[in-house]
Amino acid sequence: MKLLGRLGWDALPLDQPIPMIASATVAVGILAVLAWVVIRGRFPYLWREWLTSVDHKRIGVMYTLLAMVMLLRGFSDALMMRSQQAVALHSQGYLPPDHYDQVFSAHGTIMIFFVAMPFLIGLMNFVLPLQLGVRDVAFPTLNSVSFWLTATGALLVNISLGVGEFARTGWLPYPPLSELTYSPGVGVDYYLWSLQISGVGTLLTGINFVTTILKLRAPGMTYLRMPMFCWTSLASSLLIVAAFPILTATLAMLILDRYLGFHFFTNEAGGNVMMFMNLIWAWGHPEVYILILPAFGIFSEVVSTFSGKPLFGYRSMVIATMAICLLSFMVWLHHFFTMGAGADVNAVFGVMSMIIAVPTGVKVFNWLFTLYGGRIRFETPVLWAIGFMITFVIGGMTGVLLAVPPADFLLHNSLFLVAHFHNVIIGGVLFGAFAGYEYWFPKAFGFRLHSGLGKAAFWCWLVGFYLAFMPLYVAGLEGMTRRMQHYDNPAWRPWLLIAAGGAVVILAGIVCQIAQLWVSIAQRERLRDGTGDPWNGRSLEWSTASPPPAFNFAVLPVVEGLDAYWSIKRQAAGEQPRAEPTYGPIETPRNSPTGFVCAFFATVMGFALIWHIWWLAIAGLVGAWATFVVFAWRDRAEDEISAQEVAEIDRQNRSARAVPLIAGAP
Amino acid sequence: MREGRQTDASGDIAGLWPRAAFPGPRSIRGIQLGTACGPVALLGGCSGVLDPQGPVGAGEKLILLDALAIMLAIVVPVIVATLAFAWWFRASNSRARYLPDWEFSGRVELVVWSVPALVIMFLGGLAWVSSHDLDPAKPLPAGPVPPVQVEVVSLDWKWLFIYPDQGVASVNELVVPVGAPLHLRLTSGSVMTAFFVPQLGSMIYTMNGMVTQLNLRADHPGSYPGLASHFSGDGFSGMRFQTEAVTPAAFTAWVAAAKSAGPTLDRPGYVELSRQSQDVAPFTYRGAAPGLFEQIAAQQLPPGPGPQGGGSSPAATPVKAP
Repeated sequence: MKLLGRLGWDALPLDQPIPMIASATVAVGILAVLAWVVIRGRFPYLWREWLTSVDHKRIGVMYTLLAMVMLLRGFSDALMMRSQQAVALHSQGYLPPDHYDQVFSAHGTIMIFFVAMPFLIGLMNFVLPLQLGVRDVAFPTLNSVSFWLTATGALLVNISLGVGEFARTGWLPYPPLSELTYSPGVGVDYYLWSLQISGVGTLLTGINFVTTILKLRAPGMTYLRMPMFCWTSLASSLLIVAAFPILTATLAMLILDRYLGFHFFTNEAGGNVMMFMNLIWAWGHPEVYILILPAFGIFSEVVSTFSGKPLFGYRSMVIATMAICLLSFMVWLHHFFTMGAGADVNAVFGVMSMIIAVPTGVKVFNWLFTLYGGRIRFETPVLWAIGFMITFVIGGMTGVLLAVPPADFLLHNSLFLVAHFHNVIIGGVLFGAFAGYEYWFPKAFGFRLHSGLGKAAFWCWLVGFYLAFMPLYVAGLEGMTRRMQHYDNPAWRPWLLIAAGGAVVILAGIVCQIAQLWVSIAQRERLRDGTGDPWNGRSLEWSTASPPPAFNFAVLPVVEGLDAYWSIKRQAAGEQPRAEPTYGPIETPRNSPTGFVCAFFATVMGFALIWHIWWLAIAGLVGAWATFVVFAWRDRAEDEISAQEVAEIDRQNRSARAVPLIAGAP
Repeated sequence: MREGRQTDASGDIAGLWPRAAFPGPRSIRGIQLGTACGPVALLGGCSGVLDPQGPVGAGEKLILLDALAIMLAIVVPVIVATLAFAWWFRASNSRARYLPDWEFSGRVELVVWSVPALVIMFLGGLAWVSSHDLDPAKPLPAGPVPPVQVEVVSLDWKWLFIYPDQGVASVNELVVPVGAPLHLRLTSGSVMTAFFVPQLGSMIYTMNGMVTQLNLRADHPGSYPGLASHFSGDGFSGMRFQTEAVTPAAFTAWVAAAKSAGPTLDRPGYVELSRQSQDVAPFTYRGAAPGLFEQIAAQQLPPGPGPQGGGSSPAATPVKAP
């Protein structure tokens, strides 16, 4: 057995039906999909066009798909928690503590790291180069590595469902509970290695996007002509670059404690719990802005497009975005006002936290005035945006409430806090991701999503959200703390029952979304958009075909102001189509299996480290390293698309949109 | 405690705020239930932070409601305006003016920046003052009832309360005299968690090797639930206790009763207690070794052994109802 480290047959939860059935279902599902792909002979296509693709659009789609699949996993956890708490008055419910603790830890970890992050990074991946008017991100192969490392993290978290256990410490593993003394199992190790590996991917993404935005923009695209989404993505990527190394270092210290007997955060030998809390939140607070800023960008695009107006107060929005970016590093202590730091420290951080509400408030007002004087078309994306504006101000308000230290002394760690951050993460980040998904889907695939089912999904999510989380505010005010596996206060019960009902309504919303995707694919010919500009858009992504060709733009657009495509359309209205440009050959980066192979070895390494199978860990590390060496010695980095081929593809696009241009669409 | 500050039943922060906002004597609490708790009272009654039973909780509740009221004054109009704008400027409304190029207005920008800035300046002032007035480490003013010292140790998964002046200790039951300023010193004998009695106010973390401080007071006799408000492992949900606020005479009687029975809390007894156990019924110790709390805080007594230390032996959890 030594050969396999700590791994043995007892790692399989054969005595626990729930994880056993769940992991068996997942395994059967994955095998069924694989079998279908192989039997239908689609594997070569999948490998060539998707798994090894370094095209930012394909990687963006894969990120988004990963996020949506993981949303199902994270949401199943949510249903288990809500149903457990609904029944666990004076009883143990149906989930024993050791299982319940894994469920809420996995829920938080998955929703933040493997749903919210990949969803937004996926949308950024797909949209950024198109909005900037360029052909790809700065480092296409690195982009593929980033994605596959994120997928590795997600895979490891899901392996923990069937082999061993997941962390029982909450989504942030506060020591000393997460130290070897109090958590001797493999759960925390699954958490640590999943996040370390996917964290490398996230950091590389941040570097990639920052470089792309700073160095690759279409001719004439000055900083103050970039669409709002590019600005918020820049802010978010800068935060990734600044904050994720803190996470990596903090988790590395915990790894050293657990694997090599260090004492960074232990009770004994001078370890310091408070250092972990400070460090993890020095990453953790910027992290919430890493998530919300791109969502703000999406709402800016959506509100402006569907109002048929430019974004109100563009420069204010830019200032507000960058102010939030900077301030987000100065408020981390508000996550532990109750540590007893003293009045001056608490007051300073309380006031700093409130100051963030100023630029955020400015943003809300500017969206409001973008709506003012508009001609608003109530397509699905704008519904998400308006739902967001209303929900988010409530979440912002409860957030500022928690930033008042004496109020936090009453509400910290309570269900009020849980309701608050779901209010901003669901109402802000997730609504933003869904708005972006609806908005850019036709760009990615050339057909729209079914509108009726999309609206049904929106209403289910909105109503479900309010039903699920408003009662938790009340339960928190009644003194209910978070993460309780059972309780004996009957006053909390009604609120938890309503919340469980709300979760079911959200489930209906998710069913609508799955149905929407299914129906839309089935009816794709009816929903087809030939123009490439289904929403009468304003920025450059709408100027190319849907789906865009591999090279995005046959000729790089020249930008002369804000809302670049809108002004092109205005100028062209009523005129004859401009003369055909001179086409030249375009070099595109060659697809490469580097990301996939590297992530395969990273998965092996992570799994081996979790189970202390040292020889396999070394093999995995060497394999991943060798993959890079092979990639670095490649002979050909790019493929060339001939001028003639480019011209053929572009002529179709030009003829498709000549008609609406002459009709004077804007 | 500052000189010249009004020090009535609501504590020294009362001078800052209208007297009427503080909960009065118990006789009028019935009315308060229906009003201050609002929707909370509709279903389960009012047991949480909106039903404070002491000056700290009352002061914090007031800050909470004040901050909420200030923000609602801006949040409600924003929500109404969002709905109104979205409805009025719908594409199908031909009466609405379409301003396709309206993207900037200096005056609107000025308002847009000033309104949140002014609100936050106001709230920031509130936060600054209240953080200092309601600092958990700040002693409460002396009153007619002498203060009581309690040393609190969080363990896996129970609460140990040591009364150094009385020389007794209890597990999962905190008995305090009504009206006495309580000075709590807290540490953890294992992982980190938080001490919280919602109706008395101010939760605070307990951490091994460190001592945090908390000052509370119960102004009305009653039994108030307390809990661990920071997740601490598998037995976390059962880590609850009742805070019994009793008359000073009843408190003296409870101390006398505790002294007459039960085990003694010495070093070996503590090590035994520090092993993991769940849902421990309350019991008292007839005596507590002096300096035990300091030894735990200074790590001269080792932190709990965790799951590998084995479960608790029966001797560690004698069940005795007071």
